[in-house]
Amino acid sequence: MADVTLRKVVKLYDDVEAVRGIDLDISDHEFIVLVGPSGCGKSTTLRMIAGLEDITDGDIMIGGDVVNDVPPKDRDIAMVFQNYALYPHMTVAENMSFGLRLKHYPKAEINARVTEAARLLDITDLINRKPKQLSGGQRQRVAMGRAIVRNPKVFLFDEPLSNLDAKLRVQMRIEIKKVHQKVRTTTVYVTHDQVEAMTLADRVVVMNKGRIEQIGTPNELYHKPATRFVAGFIGSPAMNFIPCRLEDVAGTVQIRLTDRIAFPLPPARAARYNALPRSEKLLLGIRPEHLTEWHAHLEPGVETFDTVLDVTEPMGMETLVYFGLDGTPVCGRVDPNAGAADGAPMRLAMDLNNMHLLNDETGVVL
Amino acid sequence: MADIVVEQGRLVRAASPRKRASLQNVLGRKSTVAFFLTLPLILLIVLLVLYPAFYSVYLATLNKAMTKFVGLGNFTFLFKRETFWMVVRQSCIFAITAVVFKALIGFIVAHFVHNIPGKKQRKWRGMLLVPWVIPPAMSTLAWLWLFDPSYSAFNYTLSFFGVGPIPWLGDTFWARFSVILVNVWYGAPFFLIMYLAALKSVPDQLYEAASIDGANWWQKIWHITLPMMRNIIAITTLFSLIVTFANFDIVRILTSGGPLDRTHLFATWAFQVGIQSSDIPLGACVSLFMVPILAVAAIFILRDVNKRGNEA
Repeated sequence: MADVTLRKVVKLYDDVEAVRGIDLDISDHEFIVLVGPSGCGKSTTLRMIAGLEDITDGDIMIGGDVVNDVPPKDRDIAMVFQNYALYPHMTVAENMSFGLRLKHYPKAEINARVTEAARLLDITDLINRKPKQLSGGQRQRVAMGRAIVRNPKVFLFDEPLSNLDAKLRVQMRIEIKKVHQKVRTTTVYVTHDQVEAMTLADRVVVMNKGRIEQIGTPNELYHKPATRFVAGFIGSPAMNFIPCRLEDVAGTVQIRLTDRIAFPLPPARAARYNALPRSEKLLLGIRPEHLTEWHAHLEPGVETFDTVLDVTEPMGMETLVYFGLDGTPVCGRVDPNAGAADGAPMRLAMDLNNMHLLNDETGVVL
Repeated sequence: MADIVVEQGRLVRAASPRKRASLQNVLGRKSTVAFFLTLPLILLIVLLVLYPAFYSVYLATLNKAMTKFVGLGNFTFLFKRETFWMVVRQSCIFAITAVVFKALIGFIVAHFVHNIPGKKQRKWRGMLLVPWVIPPAMSTLAWLWLFDPSYSAFNYTLSFFGVGPIPWLGDTFWARFSVILVNVWYGAPFFLIMYLAALKSVPDQLYEAASIDGANWWQKIWHITLPMMRNIIAITTLFSLIVTFANFDIVRILTSGGPLDRTHLFATWAFQVGIQSSDIPLGACVSLFMVPILAVAAIFILRDVNKRGNEA
């Protein structure tokens, strides 16, 4: 058990900056998820923590000790790989006990730990099988078992669920969360799947192009994204970004989306955005769940407008509707009984109490 | 291809009347088609392998003039000759020592080559394969000059260090050493290329997992590389053991079995007894002795290849 600290960590591959100066404090027992699109440097960061990649600049500390030049075997970490990396010539028990056997633990202790981990992961029956006799989910459990028996300071997961089918992935996600609740080991988990990130993490680190975009709890990232990238990356379907500008009309601040559509801002929002220059090009960020069907008793701050739907996607519990606002594609979520149909006109309601306003050029959420 | 033929067979069968069905049946069966497709190869093997093999068994049962059937007479005669047992021993020493060193050198060099990055690796691979590509009869001639006691590069170089001259091919020990050396030089690239291919097939993540599990360099080789290469090692060793055991050209050119028959192997001695001394039945008898020895080796080495075949 230990905290992990990254200080201005940089990784260069032949002059290509994979990681561009990362600062990250991970406290003891915490479950941190690094998330981002492919090539954002999240796996490289994890591998640097593991010691599988050298760091070009900066410091990595595990439990307060700088480990920049400590080889992986002496860092007291355990890692679960994307393709599990189980030793094909060893049984499940041998796979799990490999690290302990290398360190010459007494046999009784090894057995006790393997049995305990197998029980925790519900793989007791598989203990004498070889990896090729296991299904994907079982291999995944064994890979986790191999990490658990070592009782390391830090668990590292490198996209551990991406080789599983969708159903199993959900199941193993819950499994991983349960295991973490039991063993409470500091965990760094890499994924490109924002759902995994949101469901597992104590705190999520969103990375993009080798930099950290934002660090926060899943709720913080969802409700208070700092940049356009985070706002667009977290949440599914993704947040809509609609070009807009602010206007003053008869003493109130209005947000104009198209020539036809302009809404007065709710008072709290108006106060917050009042200082912005009216000429600035802005983006309205609004999540699909805040674009719903119109009904008679709308709260203050919810404005209605008419549009013609392009496409609808019935999902069962909701229907996704797609339409255009001056050429910008927009997605909304309406009640399945609201009568949405392809090509049909519809009156929609936009909840401006949950809007975000972004600078179009910098992508910063204002 | 076989599948298409089978499909056609089935179609025809389905449409044809019942009487013709049985012949159609036989011709359309997958195993029949497979048999006919492999027939040319089977004939070739029968002609070039099975016929000579049985013919040599037949020859081994004749007397020297090949006029009389003597049964196992040639074999009992061989058992009483000291030279025969010497050849058995020498063949074993030659084959085992050479194969061990070939495998060892191949394994070590394969590791070095494996760690050379990209483009350079191809050049090195090409250069290191050269000994194996040159016909051994030719390269052995070059070695013969290198081993020349008076004018050779080896003894000339050694003379600067006050060593020698060493009678490379004239002394029993050095002659054995030399034929093994040349065989290792010739055969190590084969191991190199096989091991290199095997090394490339071991996923990097296994090594990464092992280094996180706390394995050092040696433990990674012992617990990951060797078990993962086990089958390749077994098969190459067996293959090389057979080829080395049956070696002819190197010994024939370097020493012709001398001095005092001390470097004779089965093949060279069989040649000397059978062709040069015109006792073909006895020569056949000598060469047949390789079969049981190699069969035992094959069983021993391949014992668990099948069992472990598709582990990875």
